[in-house]
Amino acid sequence: MGERPTAQWPEGGVSRIPYWAYSDPGVYAREQERIFGGRSWSYVALEAEIPNAGDYKRTFIGDKPVVVVRDAEGGLNVVENRCAHRGVQFCQKHLGNAGGEFMCPYHQWTYDLKGNLIGVPFRRGVKQQGGMPPDFDPANHGLSKLKVEARHGVVFASFAKDVEPLESFMGETMLALFDRIFDGRKLEVLGYSRQLIPANWKLMFENIKDPYHASLLHVFLVSFGLFRADQPSKVVMDSTGRHGALVSWKGEQQKTTDTADMKSLKDDFKLNDPTMLQPVREFPEYTVVMTTLWPNLIIQQQSNTLAMRQLVTRGPTSFELAWTFFGYETDDDEMRLRRLRQANLMGPSGFVSADDSEIMKFSQEGVQPYPEAAGVMEMGGRDWQDEPHMVTEAAIRSFYDYYRKVMDL
Amino acid sequence: MSAAERYLNMSAGELRLELEAFYADYAAALDEERFEDWPGFFVADCTYKIIPRENFERGLPLATWFSESRNNLHDRVVAIRKTMVYAPRYVRRMVTGIRILGWEGDALQVRANYLALETLTDELTRVFNTGQYRDRIVVEGGRLKFREKLCVFDSLLVPNSLIFPL
Repeated sequence: MGERPTAQWPEGGVSRIPYWAYSDPGVYAREQERIFGGRSWSYVALEAEIPNAGDYKRTFIGDKPVVVVRDAEGGLNVVENRCAHRGVQFCQKHLGNAGGEFMCPYHQWTYDLKGNLIGVPFRRGVKQQGGMPPDFDPANHGLSKLKVEARHGVVFASFAKDVEPLESFMGETMLALFDRIFDGRKLEVLGYSRQLIPANWKLMFENIKDPYHASLLHVFLVSFGLFRADQPSKVVMDSTGRHGALVSWKGEQQKTTDTADMKSLKDDFKLNDPTMLQPVREFPEYTVVMTTLWPNLIIQQQSNTLAMRQLVTRGPTSFELAWTFFGYETDDDEMRLRRLRQANLMGPSGFVSADDSEIMKFSQEGVQPYPEAAGVMEMGGRDWQDEPHMVTEAAIRSFYDYYRKVMDL
Repeated sequence: MSAAERYLNMSAGELRLELEAFYADYAAALDEERFEDWPGFFVADCTYKIIPRENFERGLPLATWFSESRNNLHDRVVAIRKTMVYAPRYVRRMVTGIRILGWEGDALQVRANYLALETLTDELTRVFNTGQYRDRIVVEGGRLKFREKLCVFDSLLVPNSLIFPL
């Protein structure tokens, strides 16, 4: 499983991305093992989703099902959603309250909220017949537990026991951007949106790490000056290149020779109902920050709409994009409504995001039949470093730089 | 007798026939991609939402599609026609099980099941979205119109993108 593919990474380093990387089952198996099962912190939940003892959330890391559960002492636990007995995926609801325990419905093995096995029916047999061997020790048959860390209400988990602490995993730059949104205020979940996108999961990261497309593909963003190539912006990465962020802020915008390149710019497009786009300045400095955290999370701040976009892989050619929109408990009705209105930009029906899910499908349809070909990532150079503009694919190159190391490709 | 009174005084059977015709017209306008006609099925001060059932049942306010006015419906149509990038598709809507819950003030409360089938260029037709319409219908200018239309969908995972209205 997860063998190194025989195909070679093309010449040109990370300025070329081989198309076999988007569909090869061997590469996918290796990603599950080395990336999602490796020394990384995957996003699993917001604490606001599971505020009380017994509250749980069923989710996935890569394609492995896990359950995030709050125990009686208020602690956070992440366990594999797989009974220690015969492997049944015992938890079947997205969210709920387990009471004091999880019970597998098959043979009623029962676990406490920390994942310890506390009950095995007929363990001593029936009428002195059968039962588990005398040396069966429940302490050795609990649910498989993951490492857990939470920061300011956001919960991450790792299959690797020797993963570095979450803070150093994120690195200074990403941590500062993270704390900008998650500043310790309690969060309020506004709702969920889920898409099954028929494309390789890496295409989603490429999309959000690529500011070049945003000012061209997204006519809507461009026409309303929400994101344009001529506005002040930057692309930043952590020291490993695995995480990245696109940052932009409001500046003077006018039609110039540069914007003439944006064939999609429609100056005459005006909203009949402008209430959807009446953002207020809420965070210091930046109006848009799209943070991509290796290996499964996009944190979205587009003006006042905030969301976690969690990537759940569903085989090499498909992934689920699970959106959790949120605000803060301190939001008044007006702010909540503003967030809900701006959410129209995002998700499967988003004025903006729907372009992306469609394009990712087009990408998969183009790359999958041509595994021998490769993508060209030369905008802004062939290497990567932080850039004070958005005419660059540097954050894609940095992602693949780290990806190649982890995958040994 | 005003148009509104005419509807108020209709027998249940007559009202059902009117509603069946109304929903058939609504679905036909969308199925035939006459999107410019779509806002005309709503009053100016309308609400139109497509909302995942999990949000609806938990009382979470987020909608996949959240329109608060007929003007916003017009904006959506402009986006479909002019700004959004998407693959060609056919969507066909089946509306069945129309139930009249009764009048609430001047609005008729109606529930119905809907099923939207999607056909993409290189793929077989598939179930795209299914759920319940939860509608409030009023009479305006002698015609039935939606004051509120909620499409609460069971199929939580949207297959890629939801571009056209339901």
